[in-house]
Amino acid sequence: MIKTYAQAIRDCIAQEMKRDTDVFVMGEDIAKQGGIFGCTRGLLDEFGKERVRNTPISENGFVGAGIGAACAGMRPVVELMYMDFVYVAMDQLLNQAAKIRYMFGGKAKVPMVIRGQQGIGRGNGGQHSQSVEVMFMHIPGMKVACPSSPADAAGLLRTAIRDDNPIMFFEHKALYATKGEVPDDEDFSIPFGKANIVQQGTDATIVATLLYVSKAMEAAKILEKQGISVEVIDPRTIVPLDIDTIIESVKKTGRLVTVHEAHKTAGVGAEISAQVTERAFPYLDAPPIRLGSKQCTLPFNLELENAVIPQVDEIVSAVKQSLYKE
Amino acid sequence: MIKKDKLVWIYTKMNEIRKFEEKAWKLFEQNKLRGSVHLYIGEEAIAATVISLLRDEDYITSTHRGHGHGIAKSGDLKSAMAELMGKETGFCKGRGGSMHIADLKKGNLGANAIVGAGIPIAVGGALAAKLKGTDQVAVSFFGAGASTQGAFHEGLNLAAVWDLPAIFICENNKFAISVPVEQSTSVEDICVRSKSYDIPGIKVDGNDVLAIYAAMEKAVKRAKAGKGPTLIECKTYRWKGHWTGDPEVYRTREQVAEWVAKCPIKRLRKYMIYEKIATKKELDDIETAAQAAVDEATEFALSSPEPDPKNGDG
Repeated sequence: MIKTYAQAIRDCIAQEMKRDTDVFVMGEDIAKQGGIFGCTRGLLDEFGKERVRNTPISENGFVGAGIGAACAGMRPVVELMYMDFVYVAMDQLLNQAAKIRYMFGGKAKVPMVIRGQQGIGRGNGGQHSQSVEVMFMHIPGMKVACPSSPADAAGLLRTAIRDDNPIMFFEHKALYATKGEVPDDEDFSIPFGKANIVQQGTDATIVATLLYVSKAMEAAKILEKQGISVEVIDPRTIVPLDIDTIIESVKKTGRLVTVHEAHKTAGVGAEISAQVTERAFPYLDAPPIRLGSKQCTLPFNLELENAVIPQVDEIVSAVKQSLYKE
Repeated sequence: MIKKDKLVWIYTKMNEIRKFEEKAWKLFEQNKLRGSVHLYIGEEAIAATVISLLRDEDYITSTHRGHGHGIAKSGDLKSAMAELMGKETGFCKGRGGSMHIADLKKGNLGANAIVGAGIPIAVGGALAAKLKGTDQVAVSFFGAGASTQGAFHEGLNLAAVWDLPAIFICENNKFAISVPVEQSTSVEDICVRSKSYDIPGIKVDGNDVLAIYAAMEKAVKRAKAGKGPTLIECKTYRWKGHWTGDPEVYRTREQVAEWVAKCPIKRLRKYMIYEKIATKKELDDIETAAQAAVDEATEFALSSPEPDPKNGDG
């Protein structure tokens, strides 16, 4: 059925809570309010206040409680209202959740999902508009999902909730209202580490995540009119990263452009470019090009914000540059 | 009156911990242990007594000074010593080390090298118990230094607002490495911080098994009745430096000697003999057996295989 991205998330959580009584949700304003973005709307009425818990504004505390509950056999789905708040909870996320399984010799499990939205779209300024997923790619121990469509959101979230490892689940606030077909099957899931080839093409490969999948598609349509065929790949999870699919594409096209809203410096695109260069250098006909936000705090003013984040015309021009057409 | 078998168990664990720590100290001096080893000598009454009131299914979280908690909770000296040596047979297969002893099967959700970080995790253990409707309790051990961390305050507030079966055990050994508590903390007694969260705060002599036991009994009863958490502050002292290489510039030999004279093991022994709970011979035998168990654990650890780097992914 056709659902918004937010409904897809909400329905998946509800289905998983119905299926498994160990699944519960907690976070700020998630109970009666149903979450600031509606991703837990109605869950309180359906499942009650024990399993749908409002938390105090104590991100480090309630993320830690999620870890403890997970180690003790529950499957918490913890909402961070803005993913910018990960920095408040970083000790529990990276020193604890990410390390517990390995540090305890593989004998502990932390089946916990930390989910929430990030990015631009509401003029929220420097502390409410960031894209922070790469932090969790750099430190080993967590899986990281970045769904770009309602179906991906539902399918990846189900996999996340059923996984025995801590998962960072990055939604994008500008995608919540987007609509798409989501399978009705209550076991519908998408495996982690399997990229989606959004569009096939022959001349250049664009790897994009989250909101930038749609922007990469806009660029691809413009390029198509100019006779350039672009393959667009959405990795869907950055940990694990389906580098093989990306490399197979580059072997075919000889060109790689990466684009995301997160900062370009030391970003996901940098990692992808490095891996492709290491493994498929002879196939590259041009240096990989990375696009991402400039090394600047996300500004409040819309024009300033647009100056910091990558624009569609920059994607178009990057592809042409890699084809030596610009 | 605490039953004999309970006191004997506590006395046994205290001796095992003491002998274990003395051995760890020696092994470190012989370069057989790497990393930092934070010894629990002088504080044994707390781990042994608190854990004597827990069952396997009850949870604990522990600290960088966590050997005592780990030993008392799991009873497995061999896995503990092997972990200190980084061996494949250790609790964490050598991946964790001295500061990361965990034993999920026996309810130890893990020691922690980040001060205060175990507190919210224990709160999560208590939350799981509440959600599953069991009568489990979750205990978090931490030092006075942890009470200045946000994690302490966030954890206590969460447990209080959700009426969770959590028990917070502050082992106040007077110093955060070299900084005396009075230089870092605005209150003399950590237990008064319970008032901020409207939960009971109890101050006890941390070298007095009977006092700890009485406070802990109250806290367990309250937790199981669904009334929420308790903060217990145990005043104690670490005999050794913060770690094995500590120059100990922050205290006098006289102060250390004063606390060595208040040895919690000798105190319990005296009580058990005076009250005719056990004979000298019985208690001597426990001490001898503890030493033998630690020696056996050491042999086991020394002869255990190293982890294979080819299989280093845990």
